[in-house]
Amino acid sequence: MFEEKKVNEIKKQRERWEQTTLPNWVKQCKERKGEFRNTSNMLIRRVYTPEDIAELDYMRDSGFPGEYPFIRGVHATMYRGRFWTMRQFSGFGTAAQTNQRFKYLLKEGETGLSIAFDYPTIMGYDSDHPMGNGEVGICGVAVASLKDMEVLFDGIPLDKVTTSMTINGPAGILLAFYVAVGDKQGVPREKLGGTTQNDNLKEYFAQKLCIYPPKPSVKLTTDIIEYCARNLPRWNPISISGYHIREAGANAVQELAFTLYDGITYVESTLERGLKVDDFAHRLSFFFASHNDFFEEVAKFRAARRIWARVMKERFHAKNPRSMWMRMHVQTSGCTLTAQQPLNNITRTTIQALAAVLGGTQSLHTNSYDEALCLPSEEAVRVALRTQQIIAHESGATNTIDPLAGSYYIEALTCEMEEKAMEYIQKVDDMGGAIVAIEKGFFQKEIADSAYKHQREVDEKKRTIVGVNDYKIEEECPIELLRVDPKAEKEQVASLQRMKRERDKRKVDAVLDKLRSVAEKDENLMPTIIEAVKVYASLGEICEVLRQVYGEYKELIVI
Amino acid sequence: MQKARKIRVLIAKPGLDSHDRGAKVVARALRDAGMEVIYTGLRQTPEQIVETALQEDVDVIGLSILSGAHRTLFPRIMELLKKQGLTDVLVFAGGIIPEDDVAEMKKAGIKEIFGPGTRTETIIQYVLDNLPKRA
Repeated sequence: MFEEKKVNEIKKQRERWEQTTLPNWVKQCKERKGEFRNTSNMLIRRVYTPEDIAELDYMRDSGFPGEYPFIRGVHATMYRGRFWTMRQFSGFGTAAQTNQRFKYLLKEGETGLSIAFDYPTIMGYDSDHPMGNGEVGICGVAVASLKDMEVLFDGIPLDKVTTSMTINGPAGILLAFYVAVGDKQGVPREKLGGTTQNDNLKEYFAQKLCIYPPKPSVKLTTDIIEYCARNLPRWNPISISGYHIREAGANAVQELAFTLYDGITYVESTLERGLKVDDFAHRLSFFFASHNDFFEEVAKFRAARRIWARVMKERFHAKNPRSMWMRMHVQTSGCTLTAQQPLNNITRTTIQALAAVLGGTQSLHTNSYDEALCLPSEEAVRVALRTQQIIAHESGATNTIDPLAGSYYIEALTCEMEEKAMEYIQKVDDMGGAIVAIEKGFFQKEIADSAYKHQREVDEKKRTIVGVNDYKIEEECPIELLRVDPKAEKEQVASLQRMKRERDKRKVDAVLDKLRSVAEKDENLMPTIIEAVKVYASLGEICEVLRQVYGEYKELIVI
Repeated sequence: MQKARKIRVLIAKPGLDSHDRGAKVVARALRDAGMEVIYTGLRQTPEQIVETALQEDVDVIGLSILSGAHRTLFPRIMELLKKQGLTDVLVFAGGIIPEDDVAEMKKAGIKEIFGPGTRTETIIQYVLDNLPKRA
């Protein structure tokens, strides 16, 4: 970026500064720590100068927004054109209750929906399955059949919203419910927009909501990518997720590297179906966490875009620039929120959200201040949404594109982030790929070690968490907590059982038989799943057939 | 002199949620403190938890749950422990357990509940101080 002569002069001047000006200051005011490190354990220098980015070639490594390597943003206008999508993850109780919450959020200015499902739904059990006892509608909304999905979107036209669904093992079934609701509303399939998370790999080492073993799970993920490439042009079939990897304990570099590796694996599995990379890569989307170390996070988002662009171009020979875009959703970090002095979480969320915006995200969820205690109350959700609106309209951060570019620190950190992530990617390549790494417990061990290290640092007060290990106060829980009415479970179970009595059971049995044979033949399951949900086969029934064909995953325990 | 028996702890995750970060950190901290820790993984039914406690002859059980199903599952686990005669086992819990539920859970027999932000040393000390006397 700079002439060699000038860089040499700066180096000389820095050395002089370190020998003359600095020592007196250090004597008077000793530095707080012997060394400063970010969460990824990178050593942070005292001050950054052009020396630290001397190797950077502007047109090769940065370029312009909307152009390769897309580090400055995937769009040429970014937030000067349109803000990111403000998308708040929500769902609890019955479909009817969540339908009300959705309508509230849309009225308050939210621009996209995001469904949180309850655990029985996520694990592929109907609401009346014994494993779901006490869990129905608690952490999300129960959706066990097309009937529930119809209620969930009652009065919400699917051509007017986009919907994100946090669902993995049963992703194909939930997508089928959505397609079927769209068909009923008369919305053409090419107009259906949204995202299924559908990232099964990270389940084995991060989110850990796995139903089947890894290989059939990757097959199911790939079925959806293939089906969408051919039938649902506006649907993001997958949201390749680092969020859960990070929340499980990974540091920022591990989050970045493992997520990108999962992405690489899905590109490979889809290429094996005979699709060309440019037929589907433009619909792949990503999902990251945003934590408290502001600059580390901004650097991570920027590095992610540049690595993905390079991987798509160099490793997979994509031609269409859109195949090289990394479009991302970001959620502020749940595990950084504290149960102590919960209002402080508003500040944490603001810092994290601003990092996501300065990192160039396409979509954002801001956590509510009460989430270390319970599901968010209406007031807490509103404050979270307002945080995004304040950043968008008042902060000025959205007036120019990628405003932190060119900072010696940010650019140096971005490069280091890329380098460290590429080392991990090489390591997993050498190991034989993501599934081998999962089977060996590699990702699991890396994450567990980082999580333990973090907790040690907090316990030993090497890392200050305000309100937790310092600045503590005696307090009663100062906020009103949302409680899900336990009646929701009873109502949901009764309504599901009523639906099961009223439907045409012969049709259901026939389509489930067909599903079994399609699964055994290893064909794409999506068309048959859509057929099945339309005759009201339930989520649990469909998953049960697949459990019988594929078997169930047995957890590899790594402490 | 007979070598002292290590304290045996079962760390168990009932319920369907998969937030095992806390459970694993606590398991490792107790192990590093010299205890014998058995961690059985996610989604253990109350029956499985009690069966493991019996088989492994544990002194202590730590339950971790963040799904909100503790109101159904904790009393069920305590009831099964009683049925098996495991009334002298020390049971503590952690996760997201709202303040309002704590009294009810303690009434069911959970001796202590550790919320988010608890130091691992606090849990280790708690176990040492409250260890049931074994015959």
